[in-house]
Amino acid sequence: MSVPKPLPHDAARMHVTGAARYVDDIPAPADTLHLAFGLSTIAAGRITDMDLSKVRAAPGVVAVLTADDLPFDNDVSPSVHDEPLLSDGAVHYLGQAMFLVIARSHLAARRAARHGDVSYAEETPILTVDDALAAGSHFEDGPRIYEKGDADAAIAAAPHRIEGVIEIGGQEHFYLEGQAALALPQEDSEMVVHSSTQHPSEIQHKVADALGVPMHAVRVECRRMGGGFGGKESQGNALAVACAVAARATGRPCRMRYDRDDDMVITGKRHDFRITYEAGFDGDGRLAGVSFVQYARCGWARDLSTPVADRAMLHADNAYLLPAARIESHRLRTNTQSATAFRGFGGPQGMVGIERVIDEVAHTLGLDPAEVRRRNYYAACSERGLSAPRPSGPPEDISGQKKPQTTPYGQVVDDFILHEMTEALSRSADYDARRRAAAQWNARGGVIRKGLAMTPVKFGISFTLTHLNQAGALVHVYRDGSVRINHGGTEMGQGLYQKVAQVAATRFGLDIEAVKITATDTAKVPNTSATAASSGSDLNGMAVKAACDTIRARMAQHLADTHGCAAEGVEFSGGRVQLPDGRSMGFVEVVESAYLARISLSSTGYYATPDISWDRIKGEGRPFYYFAYGVAATEVALDTLSGEYRILRTDIVHDAGASLNPAIDIGQIEGGYVQGAGWLTSEELVWDGRGALRTHAPSTYKIPAVSDAPDVFNVTLWDGANREATIYRSKAVGEPPLMLGISALMAVSDAVASCGEVYPALDAPATPERVLMAIGRVRGDGV
Amino acid sequence: MSKKMHIKLNVNGKAEEFLAEPRELLIYTLRERLNITGPHIGCETSHCGACTVTINGKSVKACTMFVAQADGAEITTIEGIGGPDDLHPLQTAFKELHGLQCGYCTPGMITRATKLLEENPNPTEEDIRFGMAGNLCRCTGYQNIVKSIQAAAAEMNAAKEAAE
Ligand code: FES
Ligand code: FES
Repeated sequence: MSVPKPLPHDAARMHVTGAARYVDDIPAPADTLHLAFGLSTIAAGRITDMDLSKVRAAPGVVAVLTADDLPFDNDVSPSVHDEPLLSDGAVHYLGQAMFLVIARSHLAARRAARHGDVSYAEETPILTVDDALAAGSHFEDGPRIYEKGDADAAIAAAPHRIEGVIEIGGQEHFYLEGQAALALPQEDSEMVVHSSTQHPSEIQHKVADALGVPMHAVRVECRRMGGGFGGKESQGNALAVACAVAARATGRPCRMRYDRDDDMVITGKRHDFRITYEAGFDGDGRLAGVSFVQYARCGWARDLSTPVADRAMLHADNAYLLPAARIESHRLRTNTQSATAFRGFGGPQGMVGIERVIDEVAHTLGLDPAEVRRRNYYAACSERGLSAPRPSGPPEDISGQKKPQTTPYGQVVDDFILHEMTEALSRSADYDARRRAAAQWNARGGVIRKGLAMTPVKFGISFTLTHLNQAGALVHVYRDGSVRINHGGTEMGQGLYQKVAQVAATRFGLDIEAVKITATDTAKVPNTSATAASSGSDLNGMAVKAACDTIRARMAQHLADTHGCAAEGVEFSGGRVQLPDGRSMGFVEVVESAYLARISLSSTGYYATPDISWDRIKGEGRPFYYFAYGVAATEVALDTLSGEYRILRTDIVHDAGASLNPAIDIGQIEGGYVQGAGWLTSEELVWDGRGALRTHAPSTYKIPAVSDAPDVFNVTLWDGANREATIYRSKAVGEPPLMLGISALMAVSDAVASCGEVYPALDAPATPERVLMAIGRVRGDGV
Repeated sequence: MSKKMHIKLNVNGKAEEFLAEPRELLIYTLRERLNITGPHIGCETSHCGACTVTINGKSVKACTMFVAQADGAEITTIEGIGGPDDLHPLQTAFKELHGLQCGYCTPGMITRATKLLEENPNPTEEDIRFGMAGNLCRCTGYQNIVKSIQAAAAEMNAAKEAAE
């Protein structure tokens, strides 16, 4: 029996009937209380006075807590203990939690929270990249620098040079289910917390510290999230801790959800970046050297900014063999929301930087950008090691041995398949002919211009913090042959539960219906990593497989003992167990017989990703177990009078290895692309001069609607297996497709470029306003 | 605080009667008072469609209506469209054709789509994109949602023809 099957999402039947419960749908006891934060109204300064009498007197209010009321740890940071749950007197951004209202209803709590009378000694906030640079406001001791060769010398010696800068906006997650938590106090100081979180173990840890109890006294459960996208990796900590603290203070269950405005004002978003670049290249567009300076606006607290900014550096090469490269990264501290994980985790920003460089190189030389991309690709790789040479292949050393091609951070790239994938996409998308047709259309000089761009993705898979690459699982086989599995991964819509259930069903040779997968629960599997870095099925699939195989081995040994055969030859398939001699019996029968023989039918499983190691200070090692690849071609039509445009057609070929569930993977690719295109086109975050986020609701922050998705959308999975021994040779698919959306930005740039001679130098998101300004530049209107 | 009002509703075929503040939002009535949690809260400002229900035959975002405005109304939520063992063709299609990922938008999407197909049993892809534009999904990229609605329309039309 094979694993790959396009089975529906594990909870699809519940989702379509409205029966699937999210945290806010869980029935709570009648005496449950509801919480809301009172938020700061300035971006930087100190609290001089806080008069909460009106809040306390508001209808329905049961209690109001400030930092002084917190008996133990006042911290919700996932990293360096720099994020108080409630302000300790300092104000770091507009929207920071100052006090906590506990009330009889959600609305009562929210209304009361508006009545705080807080006085501040205001300071000048540091809001922008320029502010932070001027003030020297940053995290870490200085910039991180990864280098390969002498980039400056290579650029100086190259026949052609460009330099420039691109501003890349952040992105609101807009998970459709906002942040939510529910805490239920138990006997003996125990606390049960339901949290919409990608990281139950961290919630458990933060709640335990806030309550002053060991982790064993806190149990955190998450059955599902209504979307996460990285926004629930650390941003749920505050709600869960608030609920637990309030539940302890009142002895009653406490529930909290942010309404959408609060959610957008309080929580971190994707980091916005400024990237400056210099590149040297030859007349064919081959890069000799590239130098980047990346400025990441991290917001007020450290959160996950260090690994995010690292990953941006690690993707500054994207799919291109850079003979010499220098990447310098500044992590700027500003008085804004603490930017956090978001699908791609910095990788997308790094990738936009190099894609911009290639696009400008092609424009400078009058070449097709897709051709320049291919000329700079890493060399193709055969099954193992490098294969057929390309003209500008890796250099040979004196012994005639090829040196392995490496990234700017020294990882060998030996699984590169984008040449073949790009070729396939070119053909299926009819790229050359459509490029000619667009050029002809634009040559007529009309108001509507067309743009077509094809961009690749090479994305590194593994947590760059090596120790996070581990996972645990718990599997029970019951006497009726049904199986219950549990693992540390969380379900946010990505289909992880179903994929892992397919693995378990396959190991035992059972139908998927025989396997039940249950809510992620810190009492069942401890010390888990966040479901992040696309690693959910890689790690948890392997851990569940290990647990299943332990039980299988016990059952096989039992049969060997009772039937006098070799345990190794016992096979599980079709609901039956086959002995090496051809005899077979039902799975249930074997289970019952093993039970009677007092053999354990329950096991944990564990997995740690092999072969990775990484020194993030030096920028050396193998941070990634493997790379996932994809390539997309997007065509847009642009109205040059309004700057508005729409996506006419998108074609994608994406590599999910030997897909565990092709239907789920294609869904990830489609959704990832649209989210990535949204990030770079319509989704604009605007802060005013006081540091207030002005785009804090869907009325002003525009995520793609069904009418914005491409008119024609063709997605194909690349037919191939992962060369590394991942779970059934599949590849991670959560994050990589987001970066296929870069092709939309480049297509818009292409359409703009048709308006004149000058390079558009389009910033992201390419809102109609920015597009009009770029058209002005291209036409030399000096707008 | 305003005076409570006597409200009567018919929700998914069941008569409900209670006293409520007139300004109580219908989505709170459904979710908190009646424990009907299929309609979700995504924005509370009528932008996302997660709370979509049918009121007297029209698609309505339940976060934008006061319970007083719904007094006497017939309301259908996702729970009234089909249960686990008698799925509506739209429910089957969303399930089988992967018209959902996290599923949070799904009840609103399907509820809206039932009206769309009543208004227009043979929608083109363009009609679907226009008719569903008030329902946001952050996960799927919409491709499979459009396909699910097309498939359900075909299925429902075939069933109608067979019945005629
Ligand atoms: S919650 Fe009603 S439209 Fe979003
Ligand atoms: S499936 Fe997640 S919002 Fe639509």
